[in-house]
Parts: sequence; structure tokens; C-alpha cells
Amino acid sequence: MTATTTPPDTSSPYADLKAPTTARRLLTAPTTGPLAALLLACVFFSVSTDQFLTGGNFSLIVQQVMVVGTLAIGQTLIILTAGIDLSCGAVMAFGSIVIAKMAAEGSLPPLVAIALGLVVCGGFGLLNGTLVQKIPLPPFIVTLGMLNVAFALTHIYSEEQTVTNLPGPLTALGETFPLGHTDITYGSLVTIGLFLLLAYALSNTGWGRHVYALGNSPEAARLNGIRTSRLTIGVYTVAGILYGIAALLLISRTGVGDPQAGQTDNLDSITAVVLGGTSLFGGRGSVLGTFIGVLIVGVFRNGLQLMGVASIYQTLITGVLVILAVTVDQISRKRAR
Amino acid sequence: MSRISRLPSSLLRVAACTGVAALTLTACGSGSGSDSASSGSGTVKVGLITKTDTNPFFVKMKEGAEKAAKENGVELSTAAGKFDGDNAGQVTAIENMVAAGVKGILITPSDSKAIVPAIEKAKAKGVLVIALDTPTEPESAVDALFATDNVKAGELIGEYAKAAMKGKTAKIAALDLAPGVSVGVQRHEGFLKGFGATDKDVACAQDTGGDQSKGQTAMENCLQKEPDINVVYTINEPAALGAYTALKAKGREKDVLIVSVDGGCTGTQAVKDGKIAATSQQYPLKMAAEGVKAVATYAKDGKKASGYTDTGVTLITDKAQDGVTSKDTAYGLENCWG
Repeated sequence: MTATTTPPDTSSPYADLKAPTTARRLLTAPTTGPLAALLLACVFFSVSTDQFLTGGNFSLIVQQVMVVGTLAIGQTLIILTAGIDLSCGAVMAFGSIVIAKMAAEGSLPPLVAIALGLVVCGGFGLLNGTLVQKIPLPPFIVTLGMLNVAFALTHIYSEEQTVTNLPGPLTALGETFPLGHTDITYGSLVTIGLFLLLAYALSNTGWGRHVYALGNSPEAARLNGIRTSRLTIGVYTVAGILYGIAALLLISRTGVGDPQAGQTDNLDSITAVVLGGTSLFGGRGSVLGTFIGVLIVGVFRNGLQLMGVASIYQTLITGVLVILAVTVDQISRKRAR
Repeated sequence: MSRISRLPSSLLRVAACTGVAALTLTACGSGSGSDSASSGSGTVKVGLITKTDTNPFFVKMKEGAEKAAKENGVELSTAAGKFDGDNAGQVTAIENMVAAGVKGILITPSDSKAIVPAIEKAKAKGVLVIALDTPTEPESAVDALFATDNVKAGELIGEYAKAAMKGKTAKIAALDLAPGVSVGVQRHEGFLKGFGATDKDVACAQDTGGDQSKGQTAMENCLQKEPDINVVYTINEPAALGAYTALKAKGREKDVLIVSVDGGCTGTQAVKDGKIAATSQQYPLKMAAEGVKAVATYAKDGKKASGYTDTGVTLITDKAQDGVTSKDTAYGLENCWG
């Protein structure tokens, strides 16, 4: 594929020779649209309701999106490889029940229970990746099946009971510390940290470049000596571990192990990824975009609630935004050709 | 497209600036809304959080709350989970309503246990929290509860079914809600108690989620398993109508007794049409209205509602049985919801 005009949002090894201006790159970067939408929404709600623009409220929004946000990091990685994961919410729910039951009713020390939860979720990711890569099967089908498996295991293992009376370490991330006049939840920091970590890994390491290459063209990536099989399985496994962290965040946020949790989180995480400008065709996008995407959903939900608008309108607006985001992605792809 | 997308550094700078701005705002922001002082507008705000937005029962509850809000001069805002059992969605709604400065929150808990920590946080900020329709576990986690006595609702149709069977041997099918959901468990237990039966006497029990198509599937499967079922207990009227469709397909609709709980208008009409023998009618509008009134009272003179208020249940049937108190469908249709 030889393009006479390099799209400004990408940089080939020779991009520096073209060196588009900063302003131009900014205007066409895939995260610019979502960021503009987020800022516009913030301005709108700040004007509409005087409870929106406070530190406490911003802290609240981040706290409300930390679980889906963490799932969405894993979802972004998988979508970048042109895959999709429908099982993330169910895997997280299973992980949270494992952690909660092992720590509250089993005899495991809390930290060991947490580690076990991460291992179990990572195991689901490993299994997803192996099935996608080795048989091979379409990611949509594999994760659809795994969604049902994880959902059923959650309900079988929990015996439909919410697990309560959890030991302190399990809910520690739900505790807050004061920053100025505002209480910040530790879990929010974990989520932001994970976003920054994965953003760095994707843009500044060989592994990250390989993930993009794989999403753009598995065949080309393989011919260029990338071990695509290991890379794919690795991406799904990392995503699984991230779902395990999301499970811990979920427990710390609600203070219980809830077998009903996460039922719509698979679609919610995909929504965040799409709103953040990541392409479902793979190879284009970023986790920072996803962070903006998840914030857009959170800001609308919180802002509309503060205005006293019924929550069904938030669903309506989210739907419109998703379609807009994909439209923008398609148009920019056309222009790139 | 064999290129590698990279975030331009300038964009990172923008993001960083936004982050710094947010943090500055955070550090000098006007606090975490730790006092539930009334908002600038001066009117008292009440929040209603239902399990879902789409179930007619909750739609009706919302209508009752809106009407009561107008009468009491308070401002109502509503929210709901995405699905029945969506605890995280309800937690988020509670937080946002507390941030919006509501004086009281009315909630139908999706998960009786899981919602408790969020409720306690809201109460700590001086918000009156009242459960509607479904109690929390423990019940004392909320200030007050306005609900139907679901055990009694089950008992009424159990007693009715027992009387209507007139000593014939009963083969019972139970179309339940979902495992571990208190409302479903209580109605089921109540029915067995009223009927004088135990779970051993239930020939076939299936979960339906209170859904008509799942109710139909469940009944079809029960009839496969146990062709001579003659009493069907259903969690709600949609499940009952699903069961009726399945029975009609087998030509059994005339000789099988279907009993249900809810008293929605569609369901009550089905009782009138003879599809359902009897139903225990409950009153969601009343729950919501009482809840709004309680919050308005709390805002006015600081008096908190407390304890459990039974909003009543009435057995509706056109084939009254001796020894079981009931009202006819004319009354039922006058007082139905949905």
C-alpha cells in the first residue's frame, strides 16, 4: 500500500521526513474529535448545572468509570488486533466472585485471593487467545461462547448469593484520600495508572508497534518477522489480567461480590473504545482515546442526572455518539486513501 | 494500511494540560458535596431509582412519584439500572443524586445486599433513603420500607388454588423469577404455605425472569416433563400469559388453574377473560406516592419515616372461593397499574 499523502495521525518510519505541522496533526489525530466532544459536554453541563464543575464531582465521575474503563483497556488491545471480546464483563464477574468467596468464605489470605482472581481471569484470556489463534476461530464466536461459560460458572460457583463481609484489603481500593478539598478514590488512580502504562507500552515499545502492525495486516506482520501467534495470545492474556484488576476494582467499589455484575459491561467497554476513536477494523486507535471515550459516557450520565434528566436519555445520546464516532472513523479512512 | 499510529506529542501536551487543569480544579474545587444542602434552586429534590426503565411496574411507580411530587411541591429526578440485577448502575445513580443535592432517595434495590454500602454512604450525608417494593438485606439498612408483603401475596393465591382444587390431587408447576431474588423466593414460599404444600409437591419448577416468552418455554418444557400438571403458580402475569399460550397449544387451558401475582392492567384483564384464575394485586403507585410524601415531610420538619409500611395486596378473581376473601375484576381493573 503506497500512499502519496501520509495521514497525519500515523507515522511511518519516514514520517519525520514529511513532518506535518503540529497544528495539522492535532486537528486530524483520532483522539481530537472525542476530546472535543468531552470538553464540549463538560462546558455544557457546567453551564446547565452548578453542581457539575466541582472537584468532588469530577472525582466521582472517574470513580464511576474505573471498572468499565479498566475493562475497556483490555478491550482496546484486543480491538487493535482486529479482534473483539464479548466475554470481558462475565470474566470480570467470575473473577470478582472468586476473589470474594476465597477471601470471605475460603481460608485464603486476601492478597492470595486477589492473586488467584487475576490468574483465573488471565487464564480465561489465555484460553480465548489460544482458541482464536490456534484453531483458529473468529474472536466474536470464541468470546461469545466464553461469555456464556464465565456467566454460568459465576452463577454456579456463587450459588446466586451475593458475597458480603469481605476482609479489608479487598475493599482498600474503594477508600479515599483527600486532595485539597476533594476525596479521591485509590481505585481511580489505579485505573488512570493502567491507562498511562498501556498508552506508553503501545506507543513507545516494540510490543506496542507489533500490536498495531498485527491489527493492520496479520500477514504483513508475520512476513516482517513478528511472532503473530504469540503476540495474539499475549494480548488476550494481558486483557484477561486487566479484567481481573477490574474485578478487584468492582469489589472495592461496591463492597460485595455480586454474581449479577457486569452483564452489560462487554458492550459498554466496546462503546468506550469506539467513542475514543479506535477503529473496529484494527490497527488504529489508542488507549488514551478509550479513556476519553469512557469519560464521555460517565460525564453524560452524571451531568444529565444532575440536571434531573431521566437516564434513558443518556442511553439515547450514547447510541447517537457511537454512530457518529464510527462515521468519523470511516470518513477519515476514506480521506487517508 | 501498514502504518503505525502514534499519538502526536502535541496531543499528549493537550491531554496533560487538561489533566493539570482538572487537578487544579480538584484541589481548589468547592469540596466533595459532603453536605446535602439543598441546591441553589431552593426546591426540595427527591430521587427515584428503579430496577429498570422499561418494566411497566416501574414505569407506573415513576408516574405515581411524579404525581405525588407535584402535589407536595418537590422536584423529582429518576434513574434506573440497565437490567434487573444491575447493582453498579444503581450505585452510580445514588452517587449522582447525592451530588445533585437530593433530600431523599427512593429505591427498588436490584440486589438487596450489594446496594447496602452505597445506601449507607448516602445516609451518612444526611439523605433519607427509603426502599420501595423490595427490602434491603438487612432491612434496617434503609430508613423505611414501603412494599407489598410478597409472602402474603403468595399465600393468597395459594389458599385460593387450594380451595379451587376442591380436594383433587394437585400437580403443581412453579414458574419462578430467578435464583436468589428475594421477591421471587417470597412469593413462591408464600404460595406453598397458602396451598399447604412443600417443594417436594412441585412437579416442575423453572425460572422465567418474569418474561412472557420464557414463561411459555418453561411451561412447554414442564408439560413435556409432567403432562398432567393442573395448577400453575407464576411469579407475575407475563409469565402467566406465557404459560397460558403453552397450555392452549396443548388444548389444556380450560382444565389447568393458573394463579399469579402483580395486578397489572393487562394481567387483570387476563383474569377477567378467564386466562388466569386469580392474581394478587399490588399497588406500585401507592408505594411511590407514600415515599415522596415521606421525603417532603422530612424536608419540612426533619421527621424521618421509619419501619415497614405494607402498601397492601388484594386477591382479584371472578370465581370467588368460599373462605378466601377476594374482589372481582371490576375492582381490579379500577385499581390496576400499567
